[in-house]
This record gives sequence, C-alpha cells and structure tokens, in this order.
Amino acid sequence: MIVQAFAFYLFAGILLTSALMVITARNPVHSVLFLILAFFNAAGLFVLLGAEFIAMILVIVYVGAVAVLFLFVVMMLDIDFANLRKGGMQYVPLGIIIGSILLFELVAIYSYWAFAPDVSQNLDMPLSSFGDLQNAEALGMVLYTDYIFAFQMSGLILFVAMVGSIVLTLRKRPNIRKQIVSSQHARKASDVLEVKKVTSGTGG
Amino acid sequence: MESVLNIGMEHYLILAGILFTIGVFGIFLNRKNVIVILMSIELMLLAVNINFITFSAYLDDLAGQVFVMFTLTVAAAEAAIGLAILVVFFRNKGSIAVEDISSMKG
Repeated sequence: MIVQAFAFYLFAGILLTSALMVITARNPVHSVLFLILAFFNAAGLFVLLGAEFIAMILVIVYVGAVAVLFLFVVMMLDIDFANLRKGGMQYVPLGIIIGSILLFELVAIYSYWAFAPDVSQNLDMPLSSFGDLQNAEALGMVLYTDYIFAFQMSGLILFVAMVGSIVLTLRKRPNIRKQIVSSQHARKASDVLEVKKVTSGTGG
Repeated sequence: MESVLNIGMEHYLILAGILFTIGVFGIFLNRKNVIVILMSIELMLLAVNINFITFSAYLDDLAGQVFVMFTLTVAAAEAAIGLAILVVFFRNKGSIAVEDISSMKG
C-alpha cells in the first residue's frame, strides 16, 4: 500500500508540474517536451489503475504521434513567439477567477462522491464476466463485437481527418517540374520520333 | 494519515479535476498562441481520460476503457486537423496570433 501511494504521488506530482510547465513555458518547444512528460506520467497512473493496454496506447498515440506532430509544427513554422506573449497577461485575473471556481466545484463534487448502492446491477461490461483474461484480451473481446459500430466510426473519423489535413496543406506551386506519370504513358513514339533517311556521303 | 496513504477514487478524480483546471487556465494564459491552446485542449482531454479510467477501475466495468480509445481517436484527429489549419493559416498570414483569425468574419 505504501508503494502504491508513493507511485501515485510521484506520477501525479510530475504530471501536474509538467502540465503547469506546458502552459507557462516561454518556448513552445519546451511546452511540447513537457507535454510528452505529462503523457508518460499519465500512462504510469493508468498502469496503477490496471488499464495496461490504454497506458501503452497513450504512449504510442500521444507521445509517438500527436506530440511529435506538435513538435514538427512548432519547429517548422517560423513564429515570433516573444511577440505572441506580449499583452497576453490581461486575461490572467479572469482566468484565475474562473479556474478557482471550476477547481472548487470539481473538488467539492469529487470529495463527497459516492456510488449508488445498487450500481453494480447496472454495469455494462463487468470485469468479472471476463474471467481471468488479461486487460488487452478483454478489451479486444468487446471492442470487435459489442462496440464494432463505434470502432468503425472512429476509423472513419481518422480517415476523414487524414484526407482533410492532406487537402488543407496541399498547395499548387508554380515553377516546379513534377513527374506526371499519365502523360508519360500517353506519349507515343510516333509523336516525337522521326526517322530521316540520310544519303551516304552528305551526312556530317 | 490513513486517507493520505490509502489511495482511493477521490485521489484520482481530484487529480483529474486539477489537470482540467490547468488546461482551462492555459487557454486564458496563452490567449494569443494557438499552438499552446491546442496543447491545453490535449491536457483537458487527458483529464477526461483519467476520469474514464478511474471510474472503469473502481466500478469494475470495462466500458470506460473502451470509451477512452474513442476519445483518443477523436483527440488525435482533432490535433491533426487543428495543426493543418494552423499551417495553412501561417502560410497565408505569416502569423498565428488569434486576433488575426477574426478576419474571416468578413
């Protein structure tokens, strides 16, 4: 129990500190790196809660894809970040007020939270129904059967996002020579090739 | 002392609450910088995911973990589209300040 408490406070402390650093860091590259640290520690918390598969997915999807995407964009665009921070402090008092109200309400709700007495009757996918299956195995059992429609919809969302971001960032550049395979295939030898008879003795 | 060492559901829920508040505060703090605003949204989504996993673990119900997968999918799609819009906007305007975006109002 001591070890569990120690691990929780370690992960939670680093998670909250790095989340604060994400929003306060002057350099956005540092923000992205702290975001990666935050995701790693959230993955540690998920392992503590017994959701190993989601923890691994979090590391792969967020650290491996989303955070690297952020890093690419931050480094690719030549942005004057010092100028962006100028005059941004005027909303901080409002942010502190709204944030403290939100935090107070959330903590008040969560501190007095209790499950309804017969909530265990209403479970959708009770863990006991999976026997001694591993976490990833149990997720696979429901994801491809009971949730197949939602699963395919999320695939469709990813597909639309992929097509959308390609279409958005595609641009036509003038003065650039590209290979057009179809016109290469459409080219006939008779259009461009001419055989001339050269009489002997007159050629160069 | 007992409630400090005995990690229960409230600990995780309050952690998620603080993380969500940090995300909201980040939007106010970096009102001009769209990239950090997108990162704040990712932090808020992470707080929601922590809530999902916590309820899933303490209710012994797997449905919460399934929904985290869908939240992750939507968050990844949102980040991709948002950053693509940002890149196009930077190409056309030469800046990513939020105030300049309002020129689309016409």
